[in-house]
Amino acid sequence: MTMDDFKSIALLLTILIPAGAGTLLVFFPRDRATPIKLFAALAAALTLALTILIFAMYDYKEGGYQFINSYPWLDRPLNIDFSLGIDGISAPMVLLTGIVMFGGVLISWNVDRRTKDFFILFMFLVAGVFGVFVVRDLFFLFFFYELAVLPMFPLIAVWGSTTNFGNFIRAKEYGAMKLTLYLVAGSVLVWIAIIALYVAAGEFVAGKGIGQASFSLEGLAALSDDGAFSENFQRIFFPFFMVGFGVLAGLWPFHTWSPDGHVAAPTAVSMVHAGVLMKLGAYGIIRVGMTLLPHGAEDWMPVLIGLGTVNVLYGAVSALSQRDLKYVVGYSSVSHMGLVLMGIATLHPLGTGGAVLQMFSHGIMTALFFAVVGIIYERTHTRDITVLGGLAKRMGITVVFFAVAGLTSLGLPGLSGFIAELLIFIGVFKEYLPLAVLGVVGAAITAVYVLRLLARAFFGPVEDPRWEKLSDGNPRELGVSAMLVAILIVVGVWPLPLMNVINAGVAELLARFPGA
Amino acid sequence: MTENLHLLLPEFLLAALAVVVLAIDLFLPQERKNLLAWLSVAGLAGILALSLPLLWDRDVSLYGGLVEADRYALLFKAVFLVLGMVVILGSADFVKKRLRSPGEFYAIILFAVLAMSVMASAVELLTAYIALELMSFSFYIMVAYGRNNPKSNEAGVKYILIGAFSSAILLYGVSLLYGVVGVTRYAEIEAALAAALTNSDAVSPTLWIGLGLILVGLGFKIAAVPFHMWAPDTYEGAPLPVTAFLSVGSKVAAFALLLRLFGQAFMPAIDQWQILVAVLAAVTMTLGNVVAISQRNFKRLLAYSSIGHVGFMLLGIAALSAIGAEALILYMVGYAVTSMTVFVGLIAFFNVTGRENVSDLNGLADSHPFIAAAIAIGLFSLAGLPFFAGFTIKFYLFTAAATQGLLWLSGLAMFNSLISLYYYLVVVRHMYVDPLPTEAPGTEIAPDTGPGQPRAKPSILITAVLGALVLGVIFVGVYPFPLLEAIKAAVGSLLPLAS
Repeated sequence: MTMDDFKSIALLLTILIPAGAGTLLVFFPRDRATPIKLFAALAAALTLALTILIFAMYDYKEGGYQFINSYPWLDRPLNIDFSLGIDGISAPMVLLTGIVMFGGVLISWNVDRRTKDFFILFMFLVAGVFGVFVVRDLFFLFFFYELAVLPMFPLIAVWGSTTNFGNFIRAKEYGAMKLTLYLVAGSVLVWIAIIALYVAAGEFVAGKGIGQASFSLEGLAALSDDGAFSENFQRIFFPFFMVGFGVLAGLWPFHTWSPDGHVAAPTAVSMVHAGVLMKLGAYGIIRVGMTLLPHGAEDWMPVLIGLGTVNVLYGAVSALSQRDLKYVVGYSSVSHMGLVLMGIATLHPLGTGGAVLQMFSHGIMTALFFAVVGIIYERTHTRDITVLGGLAKRMGITVVFFAVAGLTSLGLPGLSGFIAELLIFIGVFKEYLPLAVLGVVGAAITAVYVLRLLARAFFGPVEDPRWEKLSDGNPRELGVSAMLVAILIVVGVWPLPLMNVINAGVAELLARFPGA
Repeated sequence: MTENLHLLLPEFLLAALAVVVLAIDLFLPQERKNLLAWLSVAGLAGILALSLPLLWDRDVSLYGGLVEADRYALLFKAVFLVLGMVVILGSADFVKKRLRSPGEFYAIILFAVLAMSVMASAVELLTAYIALELMSFSFYIMVAYGRNNPKSNEAGVKYILIGAFSSAILLYGVSLLYGVVGVTRYAEIEAALAAALTNSDAVSPTLWIGLGLILVGLGFKIAAVPFHMWAPDTYEGAPLPVTAFLSVGSKVAAFALLLRLFGQAFMPAIDQWQILVAVLAAVTMTLGNVVAISQRNFKRLLAYSSIGHVGFMLLGIAALSAIGAEALILYMVGYAVTSMTVFVGLIAFFNVTGRENVSDLNGLADSHPFIAAAIAIGLFSLAGLPFFAGFTIKFYLFTAAATQGLLWLSGLAMFNSLISLYYYLVVVRHMYVDPLPTEAPGTEIAPDTGPGQPRAKPSILITAVLGALVLGVIFVGVYPFPLLEAIKAAVGSLLPLAS
């Protein structure tokens, strides 16, 4: 197989390996869990290796879409092609997905109930996520976007956990239903806008007599350059993308599914969902909204950056007052996704580049958070911060890993979060000074809740005799966490390889905004 | 005129097959009546194998323009023949255990298939009406087939009364229309309408009343709101396989008729009726989906959900054009496969438990994982989630409608899909999350099963049918290309000028 052969099928494989593994798992015997887990781990390892290879082979000097391939799917009149390709913005996301998927499979080793179903759904979830990042066709982007939402309901409702503090109850079914309906409601908005876009493009090409409209992202972008979408049209329909995709990105005030859903979900699903799926939302805003409707985007960016700032503050303040360990992490995701949205909205190379880096960094960091919380929950069977305490004495390494995630989240230099947040804040400072100040305040509150958590739940005296017998994470669990920690440190110390790729993608995106 | 008669061979054979099944029934001992199911299926398969080469790529008018043997008719013939096979195979176990006189049952299904075939090929109002009545009569009998079940009787009576009422309205509309234009063939109606509309002052209001009454009459048949009241009761009371056939077969056939009628006869007046149909679609989809939320009986839930889907299909009529017709036919086929998946899954479940409430599905994923997965896939597909037929057909339909200036209605339809997702997810929750009931209370419907054997296995036959349907749902969802080619050919026959 030559290099070009590999390049032409590599992206297809990122979808096919998980989807194929999920399909094959259907034929595994139901009652024997070990072969199922081994097979899933094999598929995940293969996918991880593939994504590393893809990322390494992406040539940022050349830029643009690479690993291009296209298969006709439907011709006239819709003209849908299953076309693949990644650019500087999606390449890091593909790598992120590979990493989190691998970690998620390994961390799910203790799933004993309906193991087979769990891994089948998990595999299709990941296949959907990969699909969104690697396609160049609007129809298939939406197809995979919805495919990624579909397995969430059973994954959370069946294997999730219920939070019960007496006066505060959040059943897992509630979290699952809320998450699914919110996300699908968002996708309805996206859907309306996609169809409106297609119709407008169709009328434009029909008026000019230049062929037919299609769902190709590049084709639509070219039409957008030619003025197929009037400024008024863009102003009306950009918010559909912004809010529709924004729901998945945790955009305030549509974020409330996020803490409830993430808390209810089983560990691996929380990792994938907070780590990768929320990025789909931000990615959708970039790839569809900003690329195809730049004028509309420019008009709405002040709103987006404002909402992003609210996200940062609201998420941070909410995280301060949580009693459930996982809710703290859930609200911290809301807060950090706010930074991503702020960064995107700056339309500044540094800010937007920082936002994409933050997507990657936050993906790894949140996966680490949820993995560690999962390890703790597995042993203590509670996530109540008021009950936990002194865990550091018994679970030293686990707590150190949690601390690393926490320090990343508050932006400690040397870890990946620092660079990402720095870039975002520089971008915001240049464009919207007062909001930048508020954003920094939000980051400061992050420090408060992270340190409070560390002090309250992990250090200090052991309050409950139950915690005397706790054991530290086992090698598999710690291995996964260590992998994620290592990535946070490597990116924090040497972000250049990642930033080169991201900058290539962001430069092309911002070239569509001559005014900014 | 008679030299083309052999093109009607499939219809003749269908009628003959039904009679043969009836005759053989007389001589078969009770315990071997299941042979009739196999005979019917083999007959349908044979007729399908004969029809395809016989009617391939033809565009012939028969009986002096009463019926058409074109690609549109062939596509729907194939759909109805396959549907007939699926219904018979899916109901064989059910019929064996719970229905008396299976011979007549299968024969009536065959008559209904015959009627549906003619509905798709008729290009004249009275022929279409007769075919519609043949189908309706078949269903009147089948709905009341659970002779000892009062609910089934009630459903039958309701259905007959409403059915007769709606037929009268339909006929009245036809007669008014005839009074104005003086013709009943679609092509001639189209010409007369086009001529009348060029001089809009001269259009008699009687014409619009006639058209309106036809729409109302057909609205009853497809259970469009506000003519839907019979549907939930009839669905609930009818034996399960009949509910399945009624909700899928009768709807697809009625829409095949509607599409031809509106596409070939009423097309010139599209500006006049488009808004009317669009509003009907909006009301139908919204009411169907909203009321479905509160249903506890699975059949009633599916009844309201199918009303919602009728709303979506009316969207296709409102967007009538080449792309709209393609989208609508694709939607009908996808809906048929998906809906049958859910129904056959429910039949399989009913066969082993004798229950049909949503809450009875608790723990199904543990006791019968395959049935649960098939029903879940069907429901996700109905909700329009990808990888399954529902996503592709909805995307196509809503896009097609938007290109015809109905973006607002497409958007409403998407929000309705969101509503439907909620109540489908509730069913999925029952199957996958709620625990298996420890002690199942007995029901009067199924004294032979119920407690003690919750883990009874569905038969291999119904499992195979279910498996094939699931594959069909996925096939339409990920690779609709071959199907669409056939549909484009059919639309080429239906609207030769538009495409």
